[in-house]
Amino acid sequence: MKKVKADPKGVLTGSHYLDGDYAIAEGGLAAGCRFFGGYPITPSTETAERFSERIPKVGGVFIQMEDELASIISLIGAVWGGKKAMTVTSGPGFSLMMENIGLACMMEIPLVIANVQRGGPSTGLPTLTGQQDMMQVRWGSHGDYAIIALSPDSPQECFDLTIEAFNLSETYRVPTFVMTDECVGHMHEKVVIPPADEIDIVERKWYSGPKDKYLPYKNDKDGIPFMVKAGDGYRFHTTGLTHDEKGYPVINAECQDVCVRHLVDKINNNADKIIKIEEEETDDAEIIVISYGITSRVAYRAVQKARKAGIKVGRLRLITCWPFPEKRIHQLAKNIKAFVVPEINLGQMVREVERTTAGQTKVFHVPHCGGWVHNPEDIFNVIKEAAK
Amino acid sequence: MKKEDKREERSPMEDFLRMDRIPHIWCPGCGIGTVVTSFTEALKKNKVDLDNIAVVSGIGCTGRVAGYVKMDSFHTTHGRPIPFATGLKLANPEMKVVVFSGDGDIMGIGGNHFIHAARRNMDILVICVNNFNYAMTGGQVAATTPIKANASTAPYGNFEFPFSLPYMAEASGATYVARWTALHLRRVTKSIQEALNKKGFSFIEVITPCVTLYARRNRLGDGLNLLRYYYDNSEIKHGADTKTIDIEYQGKLIVGKFVDKEKPTFLDAMNKHLSSVLGDDYVLYGRLNNDDRD
Repeated sequence: MKKVKADPKGVLTGSHYLDGDYAIAEGGLAAGCRFFGGYPITPSTETAERFSERIPKVGGVFIQMEDELASIISLIGAVWGGKKAMTVTSGPGFSLMMENIGLACMMEIPLVIANVQRGGPSTGLPTLTGQQDMMQVRWGSHGDYAIIALSPDSPQECFDLTIEAFNLSETYRVPTFVMTDECVGHMHEKVVIPPADEIDIVERKWYSGPKDKYLPYKNDKDGIPFMVKAGDGYRFHTTGLTHDEKGYPVINAECQDVCVRHLVDKINNNADKIIKIEEEETDDAEIIVISYGITSRVAYRAVQKARKAGIKVGRLRLITCWPFPEKRIHQLAKNIKAFVVPEINLGQMVREVERTTAGQTKVFHVPHCGGWVHNPEDIFNVIKEAAK
Repeated sequence: MKKEDKREERSPMEDFLRMDRIPHIWCPGCGIGTVVTSFTEALKKNKVDLDNIAVVSGIGCTGRVAGYVKMDSFHTTHGRPIPFATGLKLANPEMKVVVFSGDGDIMGIGGNHFIHAARRNMDILVICVNNFNYAMTGGQVAATTPIKANASTAPYGNFEFPFSLPYMAEASGATYVARWTALHLRRVTKSIQEALNKKGFSFIEVITPCVTLYARRNRLGDGLNLLRYYYDNSEIKHGADTKTIDIEYQGKLIVGKFVDKEKPTFLDAMNKHLSSVLGDDYVLYGRLNNDDRD
């Protein structure tokens, strides 16, 4: 993994008052994204608008595609053309992207997709919040694969985690997701953009050996294959079919085993390096509240109230949602009374908490259908019940 | 025999095809291979730098073309080679990008992408092999199946109005539009040569025999019978009004070059417009003047 400093052209150094959607765009530009293919959809459109305004001034290209099917696959083409690329969407658009997210996984394409979640299913609540795509981001395309998904809880983190998402996507050659939501997307806060020489950027893993020896899917020592750029004379082939090291289709169970296991293993085997969580007072906690995105900010109030009431409550915030921090949660489960998991859906990440807890402790879910955040009182009441 | 006496046999296609993937999967009598031959012939005649050309295919019989050509080649998802090619072209404007796919891929599932790429005048060449049905999946009815023709999902004959591909291409804004059959190999080659030299969205439809499915289901005989049908029923009419060239079942085939006009490409229009509006704030994208393309 080769790190360089950010290209100052894309970095809007300074202290700004931005909403999360704009901050995602600035994060992408700072990370070196020079291709944006998008399609308007509430509540994510502002990211595309910001890109359309900013990217012509930094030497990149913005194109509004005809639909989300087109926008996601235009990114894959642009990445093979040598660019860093991203798009943004929300619920219905995210559903449309699923097939080609699978292609990006299969072709091992570094790219970033931000999902500013809204309430679903279907058209649902275009202008109101939700956290209902958390399982879709992990499992939404057909077949077995793995991805990385991050969840920012503020406009500042929208900026920071979009850069992080680019770095992870380039490191592991995998589509990486910024799973924010309408609340954070439309929340205006202070966003500090550091000078370019303080931003570390992971460069694409370019191949530099002899041209006739290039194998697009031969794993390097770190398990990740090298990339080349179309037009550089490698005359390579790549396909969405199950393929060998050459990138040639091989339709049998043996090749499928190698090809698909690799897609999952390269993420699972590096989970410890990828996963970021934030913990507070978890050491001697009886109850731990696990949350992510906007819900972690709402839950904090409930946690403070519970502490005042004398309950020993810790907080764990998922910054990385996928891969799921199962080791840490399994470990914490041994010594506590219960986990409390509020989220704006009827039970998604809580399933992972239950799975990794493996019966060692109780898990209380605090559901919300979407349209607004929890009332902190509702989370407090569940903490109280869990502490009994 | 002494070693030096042994003459190495070399296929004339070796420079263009991935010989380690031959034999291909296409059926005897299929027309896709002949279109690939015309394509490679055009590359040879135009002296195209094979490092600087990409072939993008979707899914289906013609979708397999990307797997056989020895250049940067991308086998993408069903219906999506055009937006993939759009991203590739915009990321790397100096490359020639060719979409090579079938009628189902380009005009059925991918129809929306086709009209929009043509509207934007994206600088790509789309070669659409039209065999009147979904062949890879077993001969289902397509957006191109002529009325009355039989297909596995139109077992009583097709009653839906089909698309006329050149009409669609012209109406959407393509700057080069031609139609040929698998019989007109030299003409196909010439059209590909012209289109490769042209800036803008170029579209070439090539009508080809699908012996295994379309012809068999409709009792039209073998590949030779279909070539005979093309021979007897094709009429070359350059510049024909694309409104008037619909294809009827086993009817007349109007072929030729219908459109060849100039219009700024997406990138030319973008560079020109944004430079005039933003002035020095605008960073020119790609090469503004790449008229030395051929």
